[in-house]
Amino acid sequence: MVKPEELLYAKTHEWISVAEEGGDKVATLGISAFAVEALTDLVYIDLPAVGRQVEAEQPFCEVESVKAVSDIYSPVAGEVIAVNETLPDNLEILGEDPYEQGWIAKIKITDEAGLGELLDHAAYEKLCSEEAH
Amino acid sequence: MRNTHDTKLIFDLSKPGRRAARLPACDVPERDLAELLPAAALADAPPALPEVPDPQVIRHLVNLSTLTMSVDTNFYPLGSCTMKYNPKRNERAAAMPGFADVHPYQSDATIQGMLEVLYNMQESLQEISGLPACSLQPAAGAHGELTALLVAAAYFRDIDEPRTKVLCPDNAHGTNPASAAMAGFDAITLKTTADGYVDLDDLDAKLDESVAVLMITNPSTLGLFEPNMREIADRVHAKGGLIYLDGANMNAILGITRPGDFGADMQHYNPHKTFSGPHGGGGPGAGPICVTDKLAPYLPAPIVRKSGEDYSLDFDMPKSIGRVRAFFGNVGVLLRAYAYIRTHGPDGLKRVSENAVLNANYLLSRVKHILPVPQGNRCMHEFVASGKDLKRDKDISAMDIAKRLLDFGVHAPTVYFPLTVPEAIMVEPTETESKETLDAFAEILFRITEEDAQTLHDAPHTTAVSRPDEVRAARQPVLVHAE
Repeated sequence: MVKPEELLYAKTHEWISVAEEGGDKVATLGISAFAVEALTDLVYIDLPAVGRQVEAEQPFCEVESVKAVSDIYSPVAGEVIAVNETLPDNLEILGEDPYEQGWIAKIKITDEAGLGELLDHAAYEKLCSEEAH
Repeated sequence: MRNTHDTKLIFDLSKPGRRAARLPACDVPERDLAELLPAAALADAPPALPEVPDPQVIRHLVNLSTLTMSVDTNFYPLGSCTMKYNPKRNERAAAMPGFADVHPYQSDATIQGMLEVLYNMQESLQEISGLPACSLQPAAGAHGELTALLVAAAYFRDIDEPRTKVLCPDNAHGTNPASAAMAGFDAITLKTTADGYVDLDDLDAKLDESVAVLMITNPSTLGLFEPNMREIADRVHAKGGLIYLDGANMNAILGITRPGDFGADMQHYNPHKTFSGPHGGGGPGAGPICVTDKLAPYLPAPIVRKSGEDYSLDFDMPKSIGRVRAFFGNVGVLLRAYAYIRTHGPDGLKRVSENAVLNANYLLSRVKHILPVPQGNRCMHEFVASGKDLKRDKDISAMDIAKRLLDFGVHAPTVYFPLTVPEAIMVEPTETESKETLDAFAEILFRITEEDAQTLHDAPHTTAVSRPDEVRAARQPVLVHAE
């Protein structure tokens, strides 16, 4: 069971958890419950290709709602090693369980410099309350 | 009362052999098409056109036209889109045979009247913007943005400064970053403050010699005049960058201030929002642009020039980015706008803006106790209220209010834009609405916010089509009417 309190967050509203997998550091990434609520009804997600190299703080994925199209950014540089194939046809998962079933991609980290910029849960909550001004 | 028969799809009304007109027998020898055209150009079967008599075509279209709203039938406070009334005399002016029946391939000598009007239009737009050069070619506002950014790119190439970035505030029209990307730049988002203004610290952090253009909408999409405009322009100019003014909200500042005077290097106009022209329906539109002298050589050719009493098209512009539209742009739209400018004159245009701002502020003061405006209690030509409290306290969303207004014969305001305001409701009454209309709108809003939430969730109740399922429409679109 993933606890939101134990995840790290980017200012652009992605969550991330880092784990060792076969000697590599792998980041699992999704978008926060705050982001899902702000986006309103989701209609489409454009998942990245497995094998794609992503750069830190660059968009690598898009999610579209009835309101707007929004970029999803990777806080770290690395290679996409898995994507959640069930999401495109079951976008409601992102609203129901954004931190576990609603994971979006796993990235094998090649440069973890971006991790230092991430917020813990308390700092992220504060950011969200400021943005909801 | 509603005619559900004649508003069926025209193909469902079709019966073989029915005709609106029957042509007389051909009085010259007929030849087989196969003799006249190569086989590849011939269709296997005639096109499946509907076969309907004249009265039924008319009844079909007239009835359909009553199922929607227009500014000629209803109050239409659709913020950002500026659904201002189009005086009908401008339609008549544009339809005069001297304008409507000329052909763009005629020689300059035979269309002097048309060229004179287009020249005067260039001059008028330059005067209003405070920028000395103009291209009438772009076919819509966003096309004007793209054209101006291509002009900026050509300028920086010419002076050998490789600049890659365009800055856009986070409450910009979506067309701004899209145009930047289309023109080959990286679009970088600038933060705005809680007051809705450009965050100067974020500007300083992102501004360097790689920035080609800062695109700014002033008055902004929040209906606010940027108080730091001059400072922002000075900082961008100090780094060698250019200021692009998104002219979507020019209707708030006509004759009061000019983009060229507050630091803009280029701008587009939306003639239908600022002056007069067809709204919506996919066009045709126009998006003329004005630029400074140093950018003028890169404008699309041709430009109308005046020499003595003669008007001509100048193609001799070696640094021009080339054409962006066939011939002179959408001339019919420009003519309507020109007629509007000339019938109002300088003082009249100023009054247009004064009344647009007065009407918006009056309406703001009438509704702010139920729909608070986070960015303050004053505005320019439009304001962005937030339904956040209603959503929290009564489970009434901005969308619910928008849909329910239709039942009261009012077009919905723009909702959920700009994205920086939660439950945004963007109201723009325009200058021609009377105090009585504005009061009636405010009363309807009060009444709606007192209704029970379920009535609002199910609204609209009186329209031909009730609330569509937007999620299903996007995810499982049905693109044929019948199998």
